[in-house]
Amino acid sequence: MSGGSILFRKELLESWRTMRLPIVAGLFLLVGLSSPLLAKFLPEIVKAAAGDQLVGVVVPTPVPADAADQLWKNLAQFGAFAAIVLAMGAVATERDRGTAAFILSKSVSRGAFIVAKVAAIGGVLAVCTTLAVVVGWVYTAILFEPLPVGGWIAMAILAWLGLAAWAALTFLGSTVTGSAAAAAGLGFGALLVLSIASAIPNLGRFLPGGLAGPAIALAAGVPVEASDVVTPVIATSVLIAVALGVSVWSFRRQEL
Amino acid sequence: MTGEIPAAVSCRGLTKRFTGNGGVLAVAALDLDVPAGSVFGLLGPNGAGKTTTLRLITGLARPTAGVVSIDGRPVSASTDQGLAARRGIGVLDQDPRYYGWMSGRELVELAGRLQGLAASEARARAMETLGLVGLADAAGRRVAGYSGGMRQRLGIAQALVARPRLLILDEPVSSLDPEGRRDLLVLIAELRASATVLFSTHVLADIERICDRVGILDHGRLVTEGPLDDLLARFALPLYRLDPEPGQDAAVETLTATLRGTPWVDGVRSHEGRLVVSVSDERAASAGLLPIVVAAGVRLAVFERVRPSLEDVFLRLVGSENGGEAVA
Repeated sequence: MSGGSILFRKELLESWRTMRLPIVAGLFLLVGLSSPLLAKFLPEIVKAAAGDQLVGVVVPTPVPADAADQLWKNLAQFGAFAAIVLAMGAVATERDRGTAAFILSKSVSRGAFIVAKVAAIGGVLAVCTTLAVVVGWVYTAILFEPLPVGGWIAMAILAWLGLAAWAALTFLGSTVTGSAAAAAGLGFGALLVLSIASAIPNLGRFLPGGLAGPAIALAAGVPVEASDVVTPVIATSVLIAVALGVSVWSFRRQEL
Repeated sequence: MTGEIPAAVSCRGLTKRFTGNGGVLAVAALDLDVPAGSVFGLLGPNGAGKTTTLRLITGLARPTAGVVSIDGRPVSASTDQGLAARRGIGVLDQDPRYYGWMSGRELVELAGRLQGLAASEARARAMETLGLVGLADAAGRRVAGYSGGMRQRLGIAQALVARPRLLILDEPVSSLDPEGRRDLLVLIAELRASATVLFSTHVLADIERICDRVGILDHGRLVTEGPLDDLLARFALPLYRLDPEPGQDAAVETLTATLRGTPWVDGVRSHEGRLVVSVSDERAASAGLLPIVVAAGVRLAVFERVRPSLEDVFLRLVGSENGGEAVA
């Protein structure tokens, strides 16, 4: 697309200069560090805090798979929050500030403008998710034992896909409403509704929440059925593609 | 087409009605040709539709009806033809906003890259263009720290960096100091040989100084359009300037009322104690104006026939409803 690669580099530079990338990377680093620690010491913390009240209650001994489970949970919460914050102003702020008009008065297609932004957000999330998973794997290996690298790579990819879904839905809100606040509302609303809907039997595997089970299992070295991975991956990919397609369609029809 | 010269910009039936606020008609069935190689001034009072027209031409706004083409290619937001039409165009917005985190040099480079320049060429041209607008010393500073006038100069640099064949400037001198304004007008005039320039303004003096052709917009309609000299010949009426001696307010008021009731007087404007009388019958005026002044008992310091200006044409065509607001 015309001007796409130039705009992509500009978006990445902007992420760095405006501290978005360092801040989100710091958050993900913290998630990667804290998750295995929490998995390892949570039972001890609970015992120390509850004291005699836990008499008769068996607190399970932490296992390496708990670290993967904790990392996924933390990424699903803090990571989703970061994804929504990254995407909420992507288009709305540029329209509001008038910088979109500066770019689009050049020989740049509106599709390229949108795709460059999405690719940059996806890139930032990919870097940060990789950082969290690498640090989480190392800390898990130190505190427990090394888990299969391939399984953690799979978890990283699935985690990225899940976060990309929240970013894509928020991005759609940013494009269609032209308001960063409304986009954030849409992103958090979608996160809440789809997370609740994931608990519904047979529906969850068709939502981003359906990525959790196979991702944690793969990271723990537990074999999973191919369909358990493929179904939520395809469903989430379709959700992302539809959100971005509607974003491009809508943006092409907008006044600047 | 305008005569034998091809149109760089052509608008046919261009209409823009904004939804909301009762559906304001900003541009109404505009037919306009900007000849290639000309410096074309789009003139009009505030709210006349100048900015909307320019945004329609650059593809930033979508017309309700009608078409715009640049060098024969239709402009639209997203088609390949629209992209091709926008290649080689430099645009300066009325209120330019840029990325504050970039340096001036980076921003102009980005504009050049997006207009198809190679990286090394964009870098070299960016410095050259920033020098041209007097921002060479501030090239490395972040845009967030630029003043309004510096942002305007930066906007001109980013519009010029790819050496466009068509330059579209919306109120380009509005934030500039007198020196910057003079420099930019000289720069625009110098571009005449290599580019077509379409710019909007409400400053009549700027138009008179550098434009070959003028289009006057009012309430979204093109009131008239043509070479400056033609407009003056067609619409400018003979003018007389009368400077009464001070301290004759009552007599001057009587004189003004009398003149307004005279059949061959087209209009009387009063400005800083001076009367400017436009007349529809020059022969009758030369014989009858002074006797009317004498009869009113008004003593004059100056009585002269003056050359009509674009201001007089403008006020005659649109000024009555705008009270001369647009005249700077």
